[in-house]
Amino acid sequence: MEPDISAVEVRPATPRTSEKKRFSAWSGPKTAVGRQQERLGWLLVLPSLIVVFAVAIYPLFETFRLSFTNQRLASVREVRNVGWENYTSLFEDDLWWTAMRNTIIFTVSSVTIEAVLGMVVALTIHSAFRGRGLVRTSMLVPWAIPTVVSSLLWDWMLNDRYGVINSIFIRLGLMADDRNFSWITNRGTAMIAVVAIDVWKTTPFMALLILAGLQIIPGDVYEAAYVDGASKWQQFWQMTLPLVKPALLVALIFRTMDSFRVFDLIYVLKQGSTDTMTVAIYTYQLLIQSSRLGAGSAAAVFIFVCIGLMVFGYSRLITVEEN
Amino acid sequence: MSMSIEPNRINSIQTSESELEQIRSSYTKSSKSSLPDILGKVGFWLLIAFIVVYTLFPFYWAIVSSLTPTNDLFVTPVRFWPQSVTLDHYRTVFTDGGFMRALLNSAIVSFSVVVLALLLGTLGAYALGRLHFRGRTVVLYLILSMTMFPAIAILGSLFQMMQNFGAYNTLWGLVIVYLTFTLPFTVWVLTNFFRAMPAELEQAALVDGATPMRALWDILMPLAIPGMVTTALLAFIAAWSEYLYARTFTLTNSSKTVQVAIADFTGNQQFELPFAVRMAAAVVVTVPLLVGVLLVQKRIIAGLTAGAVKG
Repeated sequence: MEPDISAVEVRPATPRTSEKKRFSAWSGPKTAVGRQQERLGWLLVLPSLIVVFAVAIYPLFETFRLSFTNQRLASVREVRNVGWENYTSLFEDDLWWTAMRNTIIFTVSSVTIEAVLGMVVALTIHSAFRGRGLVRTSMLVPWAIPTVVSSLLWDWMLNDRYGVINSIFIRLGLMADDRNFSWITNRGTAMIAVVAIDVWKTTPFMALLILAGLQIIPGDVYEAAYVDGASKWQQFWQMTLPLVKPALLVALIFRTMDSFRVFDLIYVLKQGSTDTMTVAIYTYQLLIQSSRLGAGSAAAVFIFVCIGLMVFGYSRLITVEEN
Repeated sequence: MSMSIEPNRINSIQTSESELEQIRSSYTKSSKSSLPDILGKVGFWLLIAFIVVYTLFPFYWAIVSSLTPTNDLFVTPVRFWPQSVTLDHYRTVFTDGGFMRALLNSAIVSFSVVVLALLLGTLGAYALGRLHFRGRTVVLYLILSMTMFPAIAILGSLFQMMQNFGAYNTLWGLVIVYLTFTLPFTVWVLTNFFRAMPAELEQAALVDGATPMRALWDILMPLAIPGMVTTALLAFIAAWSEYLYARTFTLTNSSKTVQVAIADFTGNQQFELPFAVRMAAAVVVTVPLLVGVLLVQKRIIAGLTAGAVKG
């Protein structure tokens, strides 16, 4: 799924009306009217379910099935079952482990930096000041810019000779005036560059989520702490952080899942370059560019399982509904 | 979630109202302007300025670069505002047949996806949010898990399916594929909107003998429109910005979307770096989204808020 969308789940708060009360207008399923509701319910959900099955669940089962075959894209070669061969050759492929290492480095560093910076920004904006609305609005801009576009913006800004970033660094005396350092093509700094782009794009979003968590902390809690003579630092560690933890946790898990499957941001800049290749790029190349549908599906299944575990962790943090 | 504040400790503080007021005012607004206060204030505003510059500068830079004549663009040191302004790069963008076709393709795909997702999603969400039927919870869990589905996991099998159905390199094929991420999202968000409405709303209508569909259409729909507008915008942004599926399932200009086109964009000039034209294209692709976001920004922030609070 495209990262941007899961990043902004619009979720109105859980309603306060109880299940029982909400459905009191309806009769139980045993009456004729109740059976009618039941039929109508399924009838209305059915179109959505059919679409979801056709374009998501069925293809997922196909991916599982294909991962045990030697199927190629658009090929007339006879397909046969190869058992676990695709998985064993995947785990023996050094490039796969390079991609996995890159993905983990990217995920851990970008999510950590985003969480810390997001917290700083959220705490800053949490205080009342003139122009606060404008600052919050400006923070929606990086989030709304398409990922491909933000990669291109930074590609230009990080240009070796004419890029504005190098120019600023030179003015600040942080860089010698040779103007030739290319952050994106240089193997040692490419990962730093892509993490920086991701941090720019997502920190504001993280900050808005944390800010939402801060805003539900009642003000009198701080008054009490102030009366007790707690320092700002103590207030942060002993009150703010524990109270904002649920919001932070949800944001962290969403961001971790998104970072783990990162594709657009890096592919636009670096294509299949090994210094920044992620598991999604590795899988894409295997599936589409090498047409190795079977082998690529094994990698896809592995990614799915990793993200599935993260979703499982997430689902333990929220409750959908229990009748 | 447990709170680690000891309630006894808070209750034990015995202060009169006036004292409390004093504390409150000293806490919220520091009227004294001693040096540390001023430094704190200066630091605070510097931080705010830094945040705004950090978030807005890259897009500002794209606009500036897109308006700068090519000769001025490749100079050192870099100029932070344009000395002279040109619309040449935009002219190049708007006369590029392939790019214009991609803009049209993206518009067609995104609008179609939004309409379909909203149509199917509203019906489904109404059932999940307001009707009682067995299996509802299972369906809800299914939809929720679909909202976090990694596209790469089904890329290969979708590719094969699309070739079998003749959907490869077509706009309608892309529309159907885009439902994988827009439909579950739409259903989930709208279900929560419907659930948040008070139960009494359609009760009266139902007691009066209206059918559930009438209740949906006459009573709930008008109230759900703000939620639907926000959801539509978010689905539109997702479809408009999508890259992986578009890269994989399109081949020719007839179906390439704008994200693919812009990633491959080189402009007409063969002998110079295409950065300025690229920035103009970037601005063109982004402005529609920014306008939409700014129009409903309060709702988006409120939506984010609700999402986080849910914890």
